[in-house]
Amino acid sequence: MAERSNMPLIEVENLGVRLNTSRGPAQAVRGVSFALKRGETLGLVGESGCGKSVTALSLMGLLPDSAVVTGSIKLEGDELVGLADADYCRLRGNRISMIFQEPMTALNPMHTIGNQVAEPLRRHKKFSAAQARKEAIALLDRVGLPDPARRVDAYPHQFSGGQRQRITIAMALACEPDLLIADEPTTALDVTIQGQILDLIADLVEERGMSMILISHDLGVIAENVQRMMVMYGGTVVESGPTDEVFRRMGHPYTQGLFRARPKLGARKGTRLKTISGTVPELADLPSGCTFSDRCPLVIDQCRAALPPMVDVGPGHLARCIRTDVSMAERVGALTA
Amino acid sequence: MSVFVLRRLLTLLATLVGASLIIFLVLDALPGNAAQMLMGADASPDAVRALTIKLGLDQPLAVRYVQWIKGLAVGDLGNSYVYGTPVGSLIAERLVLTIPLAIMAMTITVTLALAAGIYTAANHNRLGDVGVMSLTQVGIALPNFWFAILLVLLFSVRLQWLSAGGFAGWEDGIWPGIKSLLLPAISLAVVQAAILARVTRSAVLEVLREDFVRTARAKGLGKREVLWSHVLRNAMIPVMTVMGLQFANLLAGTIVIENVFYLPGLGRLIFQSIANRDLIVVRNCVMLLAAMVVIVNFVVDVLYAFIDPRIKVHDL
Repeated sequence: MAERSNMPLIEVENLGVRLNTSRGPAQAVRGVSFALKRGETLGLVGESGCGKSVTALSLMGLLPDSAVVTGSIKLEGDELVGLADADYCRLRGNRISMIFQEPMTALNPMHTIGNQVAEPLRRHKKFSAAQARKEAIALLDRVGLPDPARRVDAYPHQFSGGQRQRITIAMALACEPDLLIADEPTTALDVTIQGQILDLIADLVEERGMSMILISHDLGVIAENVQRMMVMYGGTVVESGPTDEVFRRMGHPYTQGLFRARPKLGARKGTRLKTISGTVPELADLPSGCTFSDRCPLVIDQCRAALPPMVDVGPGHLARCIRTDVSMAERVGALTA
Repeated sequence: MSVFVLRRLLTLLATLVGASLIIFLVLDALPGNAAQMLMGADASPDAVRALTIKLGLDQPLAVRYVQWIKGLAVGDLGNSYVYGTPVGSLIAERLVLTIPLAIMAMTITVTLALAAGIYTAANHNRLGDVGVMSLTQVGIALPNFWFAILLVLLFSVRLQWLSAGGFAGWEDGIWPGIKSLLLPAISLAVVQAAILARVTRSAVLEVLREDFVRTARAKGLGKREVLWSHVLRNAMIPVMTVMGLQFANLLAGTIVIENVFYLPGLGRLIFQSIANRDLIVVRNCVMLLAAMVVIVNFVVDVLYAFIDPRIKVHDL
């Protein structure tokens, strides 16, 4: 057995998730593998419905009861797939925490924010009410909530969206988790607040030596906040690698499409945004072979025959494409921008 | 909080004044002269006129209304045309039955309904959910008087545990009184519990879909803990609304069950008074019922504010 220090904090192997959707069973995630060391940060990028949130929820063990999870998720060597809910409860909010997209609805409107932040402390660390309250105030102070000693007894509706997201961050950090999963933490916030919240998360991750999985559809957010990234499409990882490496030279036509589709400053007035033609396929009827084949400009018959393997396209940089010779001939990435 | 209560109290008073006006005017417009009814069809016109004056029925409408309201304010409801006894004590005699009956029926309703509603929501779409929900469907379809007769057949006729009707009163202690109200209370509760259980279930299910439930789970709470500490309080608002309506209904609308069990409750008093054209009793009883409904709603409103911190701010 590998030494504890070399063992990845979280190791996901060939993860598959089958969900019961309104259109019948669908393979929402398939063949997702990655490992994350302590202190490392990983970004998951993709459009809505690509499986990034389902991947995150399967790490949390919070998928609906009807979901079927296959493959393996190991937290410091301990298998999490198939873990009893009572055992999972000891990990959630304690060793793995999650921040959600919608701060307006993520807090219980009937409980004071102090109680909600104190809840994981009382539960996992067996703090007394007074201890937990004191710690909650300290946490609220750390996440930058003004006047926390006075506002600890206020209710969620008395705070703005940005403040509420700070409160959910305080809640997620309460027990100093090893892994923080942030699922689109700034998507619902004003642009001016987004940067502040991302900076706060980055500071806290650094300060506490946590690992983080940051989920976003925004390439800019990913580029600035994580060391490694995975691009997901149709439930599979289509490209992965060190963030700098991927942005330097993108390998997969889908990643390139996402990159080209972002709005650019200084573009001439009247210039249309580049888009990826077609729409995200329903998970219930994905094309055979490469999941992106229906929308890919470089598609050939062979793409539809079987799901392409991940191929090496650079140091630690993999792309699930059989035409990287063509796609990467035209350099797309920060180098050309 | 106090401003909230004050506003609600003012609304309550205004509603009561409106209700009293409507009750007074409608009953006054009814055909049939109380004096004529009391004296019989053969009475001489002079005698009827004399009684009319004695009862004060010759006074103008406004004067009689003001007299009534003044009386209400000091607790003097006047005398029954038929019995000649004070209306206040007539009603009080009936309330010692009606109010305990309503409370008993409501207690049974709430106990059954919350247990069934929470159980079915927690076991959504499983066998227990389907089974209990089918039972509530049957419960809603049952006419309560028919169910009451079944209860009498079983517990009074066959098993002889409880009496088939009548009210024992509270003079011999609490137990005989409760015993004589048990079957009526159960009959009243079953249908209501079926409705309230369905309301509870859907309210809980709705809250279970909220984002904050997932947040609570992400903090490490088990499903049951989330249900008790996060979901129920949020689900209580619609449940309490229906509970308030049901309690008001139990105070006013139990006449059928009172008849089945031969109970001298408020419903029967109103029914008999209408038959006798004892309008002064009818008027005061209806006013009392209106007041009870308004007060129950007021209490429910105040409880909302206790449960939901947002109401204090938004509803001011």
